Amino acid sequence: MDLTTDILQDLQNLFGEWILSDQTTKDDIPTVWVTPQKVHEILSYLKTGISKPYRMLYDVTAIDERLRSHRKGQPGSEFTIVYHLLSFDRNSDIRVKTPLRGENPSILSIVDIWQSANWYEREIWDMFGIKFEGHPHLRRILMPPSWNGHPLRKEHPARATEMGPFQLPEEKAESLEKDLQFNPEEWGMKSEGQDTDLMFLNFGPQHPGTHGLLRIILALDGEEIADAVMDIGYHHRGAEKMAERQSWHTFIPYTDRIDYLGGVMNNFAYVQAAESLAGIQVPEKAQMIRIMMAEFFRISSHLVWYGTFAQDLGAMSPVFYMFNDRERVFEIVSAITGGRMHPAWFRIGGVSQDLPKGWDRLVSEFIEYFPARLAEYDKLVMQNPIFKARTQGVGTYTLDDAIEWGVTGPGLRACGLDWDFRKKRPYSGYDQLEFDVPVASKGDCYDRAVVRVEELRQSLRIIRQCLKNMPEGPYKSDHPLATPPLKEHTMKDIETLITHFLSVSWGPVVKPGESFSRIEATKGANSYYLISDGNTMAYRTRIRTPSFAHLQMVPYISKGLTIADLIAILGSVDYVLADVDR
Amino acid sequence: MGEPIRSIIVLAAIFVGVLATAAGLIWLERRLLGLWQDRYGPNRAGPFGSLQVVADMIKIFTKEDWIPPFADKPVFIIAPSIIVVTTILSFAIIPFGPGIQIANLNIGLLFFLAMSSLSVYSVALAGWASDNKYSLLGGLRAAAQMLGYEVFMGLSLTGVIILAGSFNLSDIVNAQRKMWFFIPQFPGFLIFLIAGLAETRRIPFDLPEAENELVAGYHTEYSGMKFGMFFVGEYMGVTLISALIATLFFGGWMGPLLPPPLWMIIKTFVFICFFILIRATLPRLRYDQLISFGWKLMLPLALLNIVVTGAVAIAIN
Repeated sequence: MDLTTDILQDLQNLFGEWILSDQTTKDDIPTVWVTPQKVHEILSYLKTGISKPYRMLYDVTAIDERLRSHRKGQPGSEFTIVYHLLSFDRNSDIRVKTPLRGENPSILSIVDIWQSANWYEREIWDMFGIKFEGHPHLRRILMPPSWNGHPLRKEHPARATEMGPFQLPEEKAESLEKDLQFNPEEWGMKSEGQDTDLMFLNFGPQHPGTHGLLRIILALDGEEIADAVMDIGYHHRGAEKMAERQSWHTFIPYTDRIDYLGGVMNNFAYVQAAESLAGIQVPEKAQMIRIMMAEFFRISSHLVWYGTFAQDLGAMSPVFYMFNDRERVFEIVSAITGGRMHPAWFRIGGVSQDLPKGWDRLVSEFIEYFPARLAEYDKLVMQNPIFKARTQGVGTYTLDDAIEWGVTGPGLRACGLDWDFRKKRPYSGYDQLEFDVPVASKGDCYDRAVVRVEELRQSLRIIRQCLKNMPEGPYKSDHPLATPPLKEHTMKDIETLITHFLSVSWGPVVKPGESFSRIEATKGANSYYLISDGNTMAYRTRIRTPSFAHLQMVPYISKGLTIADLIAILGSVDYVLADVDR
Repeated sequence: MGEPIRSIIVLAAIFVGVLATAAGLIWLERRLLGLWQDRYGPNRAGPFGSLQVVADMIKIFTKEDWIPPFADKPVFIIAPSIIVVTTILSFAIIPFGPGIQIANLNIGLLFFLAMSSLSVYSVALAGWASDNKYSLLGGLRAAAQMLGYEVFMGLSLTGVIILAGSFNLSDIVNAQRKMWFFIPQFPGFLIFLIAGLAETRRIPFDLPEAENELVAGYHTEYSGMKFGMFFVGEYMGVTLISALIATLFFGGWMGPLLPPPLWMIIKTFVFICFFILIRATLPRLRYDQLISFGWKLMLPLALLNIVVTGAVAIAIN
């Protein structure tokens, strides 16, 4: 905690009069309120001015504070912008908040400090209607261009039933289509190259190479990419808005569908944040079960990546082998949880059920079976000379680039930094398990693949330890806010019955506060930032996903390469569009 | 039996045989890929799914044959037929047994090379006439690819021609009585195999199509039987290249016990299966890699092969 007080002290000394207050949150991340006029300068100082700087812009988001009742100790604000920075040298985070007032407030953009702020600021504009002065392309990013209102503002309706029936007359359809027409000049794209005219290619949203609904507009010189613009939002479902209408408990199944290949991995980050708000200590056994299931989903997600990546490069067989193996993982998952891709199985306070009889046999069979397959895949894919020719030296970025753009997970480790949140910020008892953090050095498509393939082996190693050391004990906490609460005593005394009834029907009422939980998800750092206003529902849920940050970087690394390379890059980045758009 | 009648029977047999093989390959390829990829493949229609061919045919004949309004209509229609016509014509020179051949041309090999050069027009024009950017890129890729691969495809055969002393395919087969040419001409065989893969536009050389990059490349806009012609044309191309490999390097119809045409068919099928196996195994090259592979590696190798073969031939004589 020394560093924490240090940095706050440091800021106080330098910017004293601009610092409004400190805030204590449940996650112990130093949180400081500063005046909007000075945010730019303070952030710039945190990135470049101090020793052991906060080099990564981890997240930027906003909070509509107008209906929030529990704000004791916080400066008055109608809209709060939250900057979340991460320092690798300090292994520490800092949260900088700034209060804004007015219906449509505005603030200075920080795109000139971090390029990665671009999409985050666009998202805030889209969702809250807050303007960023100096932003190069401040336009909607997730919602359609013609959308009325800004969805995450409290006055915006949350349900279709509040919005009147949906109609799509011909004129509307035409105007919507017109909105999607691409005008290169608006984006600062040139239609002429050095000595040639450029060809614009509309790549997606329906395209076999984009792994989902993603549109990329390419300016091509022959097959060479001169410029690229990403258009996302086709998979947006408003998960953050839904979180404001779902009880703490009933939001769990929605999280499964954020990174739909990650399954319980999404639950993990969410329930941990909720538990930290509610002050629940999760029993040892539940923690171990969570780790085991999360690692199974890491394997399952990496297998999908492995197969589809090979297929992107034209190898048609690997994807079948890998999906077959994924099916074996799902057999275990469904034996334990009853679900497959989206089991929604973690609960606030533990997991849904105890492990079934015979789970150990299933798991040990898989542990026996899988390593031989991985060795075969190495020969088939990783050692294939054509595969190497297509991936080595393609889509390279340096460690500095990665940090600048907010890259986490395998994409970061492929640049040589052994940064894994399971090691650096152990959660749920990862510190008691032995595993290595695979790293590679070149940061190209091949190295990202090397890291993931090795992670498959490490995940297996973790699962083996879970199998050996699974503790005895309860699978869910007996804390009154654990949901749904244990039922053992309900038939014996009326008070417990009432509590149980309320907790099941309304859901738990969580004390006001703010908390943040981050995990090393399959694709990078996934985190949930929850704000409770003392209600049965979250006041604000911010979901920071790795894919969003990673995808934003793709145009930067694909310039000067060919379409085929772009496909290799998209495959190697391993994003899920549901994870991007939320 | 008179000579003309015999010719007509041979012609009809080869024509029907080629078309049937090409259609059957649709089934064979899917079944073999299924086998190698741990899945079933088509196994519902008929025994072992063999009637799948019929089902596919019915489907492809009855589908809407749509011509995009923005396409160059005449070229769009002609393009798919070029590939079918040139490939079928190439079969005329292949001997399926002693005397079982449609046209015993003295310039047999040159005729094949000429036809395969013409087939490029099919793909390039299809890509152009579709007036779709993906098709255009596919067509351009095809043109560049063929240009590069035609050159050393012809050169790779020069060794065989030197050894046999003839362009005539029957003579070439007869010249292999003592030794099949794949032994003295092993580099030539490998180079021709690679060029053949590129010629048929199959993985790892399927760039004009490259599903993951160009949707379906040059035939993105094609549907119905026009698409079917590209499809069948590809399978006929595979059959043709396999038959040529068998003829030029593996003694053609020669073999013990079994009748000559059967040997020819067996050898051809072995190579067809090999082609399918390659498709199941390898990823795809990138455009520039493919071109530099052709010009920088394959072409010099083919030239070297000619020099060495020529020197050895002179030394022996």
